[in-house]
Amino acid sequence: MADHSRVTEIPPKTESSPKPGSSLEPETPLEPGSPPKLGSPPRPGPPLWLLLELTYRCPLHCAFCYNPTDYAGTGPELGTQDWIRVLRQARALGAVQLGLSGGEPLARDDVEDIVAEAQALGFYTNLITSGVGLTDARIRALKAAGLDHIQLSFQDSSRQMNDFLSSTRTFDLKYKVAALIKQYEFPMVLNVVLHRLNIDHIEEILDMALRLGADYVELANTQFYGWAFHNRERLLPSRGQVQRAEQTVQRFRERVGSRMKLFFVVPDYFERRPKPCMNGLGSIFMTIAPDGTALPCQAARMLPGLAFPNVRDHSIEDIWLDSPGFTHFRGDAWMKEPCRSCPEKARDFGGCRCQAYLLTGDAANADPVCDLSPHHHLVTQAVAAADRQGVQEKPLVFRSDRNSTNLFVRGNET
Amino acid sequence: MTGAPIDAASRPAIERGFRLQWEAAQNAHVLLYPEGMIKLNGSAAEILKRCNGETAIADITTDLERAFTAAGLYEDVVRFVQMAVEKRWLTIRA
Repeated sequence: MADHSRVTEIPPKTESSPKPGSSLEPETPLEPGSPPKLGSPPRPGPPLWLLLELTYRCPLHCAFCYNPTDYAGTGPELGTQDWIRVLRQARALGAVQLGLSGGEPLARDDVEDIVAEAQALGFYTNLITSGVGLTDARIRALKAAGLDHIQLSFQDSSRQMNDFLSSTRTFDLKYKVAALIKQYEFPMVLNVVLHRLNIDHIEEILDMALRLGADYVELANTQFYGWAFHNRERLLPSRGQVQRAEQTVQRFRERVGSRMKLFFVVPDYFERRPKPCMNGLGSIFMTIAPDGTALPCQAARMLPGLAFPNVRDHSIEDIWLDSPGFTHFRGDAWMKEPCRSCPEKARDFGGCRCQAYLLTGDAANADPVCDLSPHHHLVTQAVAAADRQGVQEKPLVFRSDRNSTNLFVRGNET
Repeated sequence: MTGAPIDAASRPAIERGFRLQWEAAQNAHVLLYPEGMIKLNGSAAEILKRCNGETAIADITTDLERAFTAAGLYEDVVRFVQMAVEKRWLTIRA
């Protein structure tokens, strides 16, 4: 019976992310006691975290969505039986935490069937939703199907800002849905994506979460991919805003104690070391896009040169173990300097491949958030511009089918 | 209830929203909760399996000592339960 307090916490709790799909990025290494899995990739552990983006359809139009800006150009959605096959194959491989996201997953009418299968297989199942479509009838059916918890997004604490930022009138509806979630005794995670336009309202947001009876609150700083990257100038907060936000969170923690669990992580643009994104690509996380494309993170579709396999053509096991989309960035053979010889590579895995690609044009570079990166100035310049910013001239581009089609067409022309 | 004193009569239960289950792929019990998972070693799992909200710590200890032919486990069990209550894996039924 010795040493029974030594347990391994695997906390791929959300570091941040856009609504209504939350990234599940681990904050600390999977097994702190075990040697880092570097060098040529050994057989990986299981894809513990499975995120199904059931659809890109969404009634909201959030300007900070991480969904690809050209989503309008992707193929048809998988059918119910495809999703169920994915669940069975992934579970057999050891997947256990399941996120159902989108888009808005409730835009599909088969979420209940998918949840029931997931429950039967032993997944711990999380519905990640904007709340739109979560009626009394559906939440009752989801409870009966065995859903474990619900993550509800808000865009801000006031009706005016929530509705502006999502480009919809959804604030009152979200309040009603929060009450339903409590009524049906689901653990409730409230997720608010933070950015320049709402980060000053953290105190009001936290008070709202208390009133709604949230068990967990994630103040998820915008990560700049997809629509959010497109709108970065309007969304990146200033250093002063981030510092005030940190102080507000600290005061709130002292006031409220442990009755509501609060996650707040400083946005990575303000850090000197990168986040251990996805615990390294292909390490514990797999996401399936609405068209069946298997990705090592939600944003990875943008990475060039990697043909990401589709679950219509390949088994989850083959994808996880053998496809270049999952094996290429496993281990550290792909790394360049300064990462390759860096003693910290075992901790942060060089940061985020998508951010490296978006900012430097090469996914194998160090994440420029790192101040050891020769491209770090790309991040500090963006922050300096955010500190200077006065009048906003560039309009926000809201996520919509029309804007997506425009960006898709433009992307194909260049 | 966090903050309540934990003693031989306390009856710990797995917190709402948490689920204990065996994971063959990890060859371990895990505790699942919103957005997270704790991989348990054998002894932590043996204690948690007995935390059903009905059984007092004294009886959990006796049961463990019988199952593992061991003695003097009470302090270990209390220490673990205290840690688990602080982390909100367990709640105490008075």
